Amino acid sequence: MKKILIVDDEPNIVMSLEYTFKKNNYEVFIARDGQEALDILKTNYPDVIILDVMMPMVDGYATLEQIRKDPNLQHTKVMFLSAKNKESDIEKGMSLGADVYMTKPFSIKKVVEQVEELLS
Amino acid sequence: MNSISLLVILSGYLAVLFYIAYWAEKKGNSKWTNNPYIYTFSLAVYCTAWTYYGSIGVAADSGLSYLPIYLGPIIIAPSWILILKKIIRISRVNKISSIADFISLRYGNSRFLGAIVTIICLTGIIPYIALQLKAIAETFHVVTKTEIRSFIFDDTTTYVAIALALFASYYGTRYVDASEKRKGIVTAVALESVLKLVFFVIIGVYVTFFVFDGFDDIYQKASLLEHFKEKNSIGGLPQAINWFLLCVLSMFAIFLLPRQFQVGVIENNRENHINTAVWLFPLYLLLFNIFVYPIAWGGNILFEGQEVNSDAYSLLIPQLFNNKTLTVLVFLGGFSAAISMIVVSSIGLSTMVTNNILIPYNLLGKLKSDESISSKSILNSRKIGIFSLIILSYFIYRFFGLDYNLVSIGMVAFVIISQLAPAFFGALFWRRGSRLGAIYSIIVGFIVCIHTLLVPYAIGITNSESTFISDGFMGYELLKPFQLFGLDYLQPVPHALFWSMLFNCVTYFAVSVSFKGNYRERNYAEMFVDINKYITNHENAFIWKGTAYRNDIEKVLIRFLGIERTKRAMNIFNVKYNVDINQELADARLIKFSENLLTGHIGTASARILISSVVKEEKITLPEVLKILEESKENIIINKKLTETSNELKEITAKLQNANISLMAKDKQKDEFLDTVTHELRTPITAIRAASEILHDDDEIPDELKKQFLQNIISESDRLNRLIDKILDLEKFETGKQTIHPAKNNLVETIEKSIEPLQQLIKNKNISIYIESKSKVNAYYDEDRIFQVITNLVSNAIKFCPENEGLITIQIVDKENFIQTSVIDNGKGINSNDFEAIFDKFYQSTNQNIKKPVGSGLGLAICKQIIEHHKGKIWVEPSIKGACIVFTLPKNKNTENS
Repeated sequence: MKKILIVDDEPNIVMSLEYTFKKNNYEVFIARDGQEALDILKTNYPDVIILDVMMPMVDGYATLEQIRKDPNLQHTKVMFLSAKNKESDIEKGMSLGADVYMTKPFSIKKVVEQVEELLS
Repeated sequence: MNSISLLVILSGYLAVLFYIAYWAEKKGNSKWTNNPYIYTFSLAVYCTAWTYYGSIGVAADSGLSYLPIYLGPIIIAPSWILILKKIIRISRVNKISSIADFISLRYGNSRFLGAIVTIICLTGIIPYIALQLKAIAETFHVVTKTEIRSFIFDDTTTYVAIALALFASYYGTRYVDASEKRKGIVTAVALESVLKLVFFVIIGVYVTFFVFDGFDDIYQKASLLEHFKEKNSIGGLPQAINWFLLCVLSMFAIFLLPRQFQVGVIENNRENHINTAVWLFPLYLLLFNIFVYPIAWGGNILFEGQEVNSDAYSLLIPQLFNNKTLTVLVFLGGFSAAISMIVVSSIGLSTMVTNNILIPYNLLGKLKSDESISSKSILNSRKIGIFSLIILSYFIYRFFGLDYNLVSIGMVAFVIISQLAPAFFGALFWRRGSRLGAIYSIIVGFIVCIHTLLVPYAIGITNSESTFISDGFMGYELLKPFQLFGLDYLQPVPHALFWSMLFNCVTYFAVSVSFKGNYRERNYAEMFVDINKYITNHENAFIWKGTAYRNDIEKVLIRFLGIERTKRAMNIFNVKYNVDINQELADARLIKFSENLLTGHIGTASARILISSVVKEEKITLPEVLKILEESKENIIINKKLTETSNELKEITAKLQNANISLMAKDKQKDEFLDTVTHELRTPITAIRAASEILHDDDEIPDELKKQFLQNIISESDRLNRLIDKILDLEKFETGKQTIHPAKNNLVETIEKSIEPLQQLIKNKNISIYIESKSKVNAYYDEDRIFQVITNLVSNAIKFCPENEGLITIQIVDKENFIQTSVIDNGKGINSNDFEAIFDKFYQSTNQNIKKPVGSGLGLAICKQIIEHHKGKIWVEPSIKGACIVFTLPKNKNTENS
């Protein structure tokens, strides 16, 4: 079973993603901000991480920076899923080592397709 | 008193002076050595042994005629504020170290002119120094009641002269740069000036009030003496002309005597010291002269009918009454007066001899070749110069006897020095004055002096049987030295001054007008006359054309200044004129700058010769110089205007930049606001879209979950709507479209009303809430809006309060002009860095570690707008635990609150 970590501070958005990925046979971890995500990543190594950018405490960018420093997470795929849709925001996210940057609002179907593609 | 004890006292006195000079030299620029009083008293080197003894002699023998010598300086002193300041500026800027430098530089840096001025000074001053030595020697013998020994090495005064020569040559040549200040010497001279005045006043008081019964007593007794009346009247028109000429003579002397130029110009530390000298120096002279008359006539009364030298009255009177202490004091005063003059004059003269004769005429070794002349040899030559000048003067005194009284030889010196006056003052004020004019005027004036003064005096000294005086030169009546061209009512000195000055001035003007000077003269003329214009960047005023390499010039400088000083100087130059270090070619400014650096060491003429030996100069014609000067004058004006304009421009630019920055900041704020708004709007839309998509696509979804997704859609839609409302609200406040409708309301009631809808939330979290207030507090506000504020603040408090232990307190305080309301909770509080920022739109503390609060991020921003529209204030009050937000409201319609 593939493992996915969803990091977002909006419970209603998380709920939809959680439902959908569970239905597609993923083991789903949830974190409500960057710090929580990093805590989870100390002991769990998911195959893919969905990351929001604007979050309290540690934002998405900073979280990714930490993730990329961890040798255990070198091959983990990371997808940004953010309402920040300016070109500069996307560029920044990609330069920090994200594999995909998708903007909100999103089609759940497309998110799943993207994740599948990343893992294939 | 015997010679030995007087010598011991003298040595003690000299040792003190040595020590003072040493101390002052060490002190450097302290307020003890660098102050207007030291400066003024050093100017009193003017009063030599001639004043100290000679004035009394003149007053005793011929009455009032001793006065003009002091009246001249007193009359001219106020003009120092203009003239002396100008001279000092010119000298400072050009590093001038003597009057010979001053005159020769102005007339195109002429080597020959410098030499002539030096010779004139030597001719005038060496006998004058001899005179001082004579005064010391004779008074020494008066005090010790000994006879002058005919064998020179038996005479104790010889050794005094040698000691003096050593002192002067040691302290006078501490620096190679002759334009450096000699603090030691100057301080010692100032001290001596004070001492000689004090001692003179003491003897004056003694004679007037102890020997006699005051001024009246002396006058009455003196008036009975022979010739009293004739001696004490000015004596008609011819005598008045004599007086006038003597006053003019002493006016020249106070500027031109090498020792006065030395202390007044070269040793001047600050221009504004002159402001003190202008009143203090005349006062000094007046004080000195108060007792001349009583001592002189007191002496006449006491020694009536005896053959005594009236010059020595001030010593003979206390001696007559056997007052040894007073005799020695007076002697020390006279000694002070004499050595000040000797030391300062010999320093000035030796600098001139070295810098204006020996070096430029290659007498110390070849100037242009590398090895033969150095700083050390210059210093040595100055040392030897000072020493030999004093010794030479002593020999002159010993071998020529100088049988004239003190005053007459001093006067001769004055007249000779005065020959420099036209060239000197012309240098300051007249651009057309030329080198040839200066040279011829000095020579012609000097020849007249020789004829009318020097030859007759020489005849007098040698006692030769010549008919020169009685019959005139080669027997021509018109050429009689004391009655030249039949002018027979002037005394010899005024007579000589009159004729020499007449010829001198006429020559100066006539030659200057007839023969134009070259471009260099005209250049310096401009710099001298308009010194104030060039004071800061005088190198700019120097006109020079040709090729020169910095390297060559630096080599010359290193020879005299050493590597380190040269480097430092070059740095200063580069910085001052913003010159590129790597520039190979030197320009006019560097040439002038380098000449200045050398001038202090070797004099202006030699500096010029030296620099021009390493550069290739092109001749410039006079019209070219005038054109350049005219242009540079215009440039200075234009530059000034440009600087002003550019300053204004700079100010405007700065203002524009500030405006731009604040505009950009506003733009950025606007951008950020838009970014945040879209982000905040997209978030609920995203949730709605995701839930809808699942509901749409997934038929197998369990009923319970279906309901949950539908509920999410509803709450996110509400959130979206609230957000839009608040954004519009805020926008209305910010653009001023929102109006408030204040009225008198009971604030307590309003608060209670606004808490009501929140009661359910409060109960859920088990929070206690209290209102601390009187039952009725009236304020002036729009109730709907304040309702909104209270709701917001209390909702926030509820949000941050801990469950079950939560405590919210609302305090209302009546503050005379306004009502202050505080909402206090016991939650986690607000970081003090965020006190201001929490009122910003969409602000979320970076330290916030709670779960995302349910809120728009606009609540406090709107609260702030509402309160400010009520002319109230809202802020965070620091508190130990929990948050405390305070706002004020006006009490009445028209009160503003603060």
